[in-house]
Amino acid sequence: MIELKNISKTFKVAKRNAGFSEAVKALFKKDYTYIKALQDISFTIGDGEMVGYIGPNGAGKSSTIKIMSGILTPDSGECVINGRIPWKDRIRHVKEIGVVFGQRSQLWWDVPVIDSFELIRDIYNVAEPDYKKTLAQLIELLNICEIVKTPARQLSLGQRMRCEIAASLLHSPKILFLDEPTIGLDAVSKIAVRDFIKTINRENKTTVILTTHDMQDIEALTERILLIGKGRILLDGSLSELKMRNSSHKTLTVDYTGEKLPEYENMSVIKDLNGHAEIIIDTNLMTVSQAISDISANVEIKDISVAGETIDKTVVSLYKEFNI
Amino acid sequence: MKLYFKYVAMLLKSQMQYKASFIMTASGQFLVSFTAFLGIYFMFSRFHTVKGFEFSEILLCFSIVLMSFSVTECFVRGFDVFPRLIQSGNLDRILVRPRNEIFQVLTSNIEFSRIGRLLQAILMLIYAIPASGIIWTLDKILTAFLMVTGGIAVFSSLFVLYAGFSFFTIEGLEFMNIFTDGSREFGKYPMSIYGEGILKFFTYVIPIALFQYYPLLYLIGRSDNIGLIFLPLMGFLFMIPCYCFFKFGLRKYKSTGS
Repeated sequence: MIELKNISKTFKVAKRNAGFSEAVKALFKKDYTYIKALQDISFTIGDGEMVGYIGPNGAGKSSTIKIMSGILTPDSGECVINGRIPWKDRIRHVKEIGVVFGQRSQLWWDVPVIDSFELIRDIYNVAEPDYKKTLAQLIELLNICEIVKTPARQLSLGQRMRCEIAASLLHSPKILFLDEPTIGLDAVSKIAVRDFIKTINRENKTTVILTTHDMQDIEALTERILLIGKGRILLDGSLSELKMRNSSHKTLTVDYTGEKLPEYENMSVIKDLNGHAEIIIDTNLMTVSQAISDISANVEIKDISVAGETIDKTVVSLYKEFNI
Repeated sequence: MKLYFKYVAMLLKSQMQYKASFIMTASGQFLVSFTAFLGIYFMFSRFHTVKGFEFSEILLCFSIVLMSFSVTECFVRGFDVFPRLIQSGNLDRILVRPRNEIFQVLTSNIEFSRIGRLLQAILMLIYAIPASGIIWTLDKILTAFLMVTGGIAVFSSLFVLYAGFSFFTIEGLEFMNIFTDGSREFGKYPMSIYGEGILKFFTYVIPIALFQYYPLLYLIGRSDNIGLIFLPLMGFLFMIPCYCFFKFGLRKYKSTGS
């Protein structure tokens, strides 16, 4: 159980203009600006939930994760995770969580991955039978049998990320924080990582909190999303709720033979070239079938597809709506 | 403690991946301190004594300071390069592991190549021990031993203090090197030769004279005060304010982006 109440955090940042003389001036007198990284953040996450935590760069995602994992102390507000305050009871708290920072490695660079795993086992004091069981499960699910004997520096990004995730789960944490776990991965690795996250959430009832910029991650994984912007929670709800906000527009992609499309009422043709057209309709004004029959009255349709607003676009329009 | 050795084994394994680099760094370390030794040697071939201290006595002093320093630099290296730990964000990783922070910083980096410097210190000591003409009774051996351990305590504290400062500056503070590397250079000669003011500073502010100058007086028979033997233990007290300062900095820790 994760409970955050009115968490705020401000960073003091030194600022100066570009140029050498400004740099010299800054030596003697520094101007500081205060950046409100988090303002009045409150939410509750139950056991076994899988939550996507999204927002633009610099919105405060990582700061929240760092507060929840006991790295940062907030200026004000309460945060209780499994009955403990993370930064006050750090050592006991971190025993129950696993953290993956997508852009940083926790493996020892020059030694085979399995050596890192064994040291992590000792750091967390995992009993040998438990370790063996967990390791076997992780190796199988993440398909890293072949690569654990390779030094970390020789792994590809996708291979390394799978090992990173395994390393964070060796002590069977109750909560897993994933900070951009799929960043820079190719499609195959992304899918492998996603499938794995789904599996451990389902089978081990691990609570998963995931930050990402990859909307496909969110779509594939999470039911519930938290949208943060400029340090505030803007939306806390299900993915379909988010989509609902913006789903009245549909895009029709049509391949046809015949003359160029004429102008239609209630439909806007945004592209029409060599028998390939994209048309946007508003479902509040006309149905999709009405649109199709209107088009087929003029031309011979070879192929047609109907797409709702992509989640990427929804998020962008949400950002606009909230002015972030 | 068992875990500490596992960390050591891990770091040793990592560093042995780059054997050539290790050997070159270690021999470089040896040569650097060897030139310092030559400096003293040539000076004494002209002057014979400095403020009443003879060549072998200076060597004894130098080798003890160098030994403390190289042991510290080897095993407390994590605090010496602490700004790097902050900049790379690896401190975050340390903070999400269920072990004491000091322990984890210590085990984040051990610089085995400092063995070159240690070797130099040992060679000098081997030369200075018979040459100094000291009769090595039990109390003298204890004095020398406490000088080395007290030195390690003081140098470690300075590294921890330095790390504490970097919480506020993020960058390393070069002026702190005056106290770490500087003390090693100052420490070649007994503190008294620099004059009263410097001696007082290095007694009451940064307690280097406590493990160097005062016990040395007893060691070479300039003083009979038994109390001087245990003066280096005061160096351990210096750890307390430095540790508290580090803890204070850690509470103010801001972490880096992403």
